[in-house]
Amino acid sequence: MDSTTAKTQRTQIDDTDIYVKVSPEPFEPSLELARVKRAGVTGALVSFIGLVRDFNSGDAEVLNTFETCSKKVGKKVEGLYLEHYPGMTERVLEKIAACATKRWPLQAVSIVHRVGLLTVADDIVLVVVASSHRSDAFDAVMYIMDYLKTQAPFWKKSLTSEGENWVKAQDSDVEAQKRWL
Amino acid sequence: MATGTLNNLTVTVLFFAQFRDRLKTDRLECAFSDLMAEGSPDGLSTVDHLRKVLVAKGGDWKACLEAKGCMVAVNQEMAGFSAQVQPGDEVAFFPPVTGG
Repeated sequence: MDSTTAKTQRTQIDDTDIYVKVSPEPFEPSLELARVKRAGVTGALVSFIGLVRDFNSGDAEVLNTFETCSKKVGKKVEGLYLEHYPGMTERVLEKIAACATKRWPLQAVSIVHRVGLLTVADDIVLVVVASSHRSDAFDAVMYIMDYLKTQAPFWKKSLTSEGENWVKAQDSDVEAQKRWL
Repeated sequence: MATGTLNNLTVTVLFFAQFRDRLKTDRLECAFSDLMAEGSPDGLSTVDHLRKVLVAKGGDWKACLEAKGCMVAVNQEMAGFSAQVQPGDEVAFFPPVTGG
């Protein structure tokens, strides 16, 4: 079901440059940042990169504190498989970016997400937002990630030493998204 | 996506992630007449009517589609169970998303 080629969408909403890419290929954060800067942004550039963890967040009910996390109570994750809904994924990401531009005065929004097979510490997602002021850029990145985690049709399967299992959605992600309502 | 068959009088139904694994299928075509049979008196068919047709298959179908947090999209837009469904539509059922 996964697409095997990168799909890129670039649009302009009002004066905001919006770029969305979903791809099985690794991305290079510095090149993505450089691409956003070429759009002629000034003021603030905020970026977030999500990486593959080395423990299974599907066992997060028992991983509430950093202390228990560091003891690696969860199963050791060796890799991750990311499935998505080709077509809908790009549309949802673009919509989330468009909603962010209505909320804050943004110059550029870039969302890059990997799919397919990933290994521990690989980059999964990159969100870059440019705005004249840093607080708007920081808020917009948080907003985009909160909506991405609860609305974008991606599903993670962790590949552990004891087999494969689909990662459970976290109630905390839903709560985080609600703060923007 | 391939379009439906029989003059589009079907609805394409997609399943992702755990649902696809448990149901052992990633897509099927549902006859629109089956939805109409579950339909409301005003003749409108909804996602919920489609869900009833599928849940009637029992077992994993019931377990997945009635699971807490079951999400649905109609024509690649997030939707609710009361959303209207028409012939040729693409309806997807999936578990809560876990990207990022």
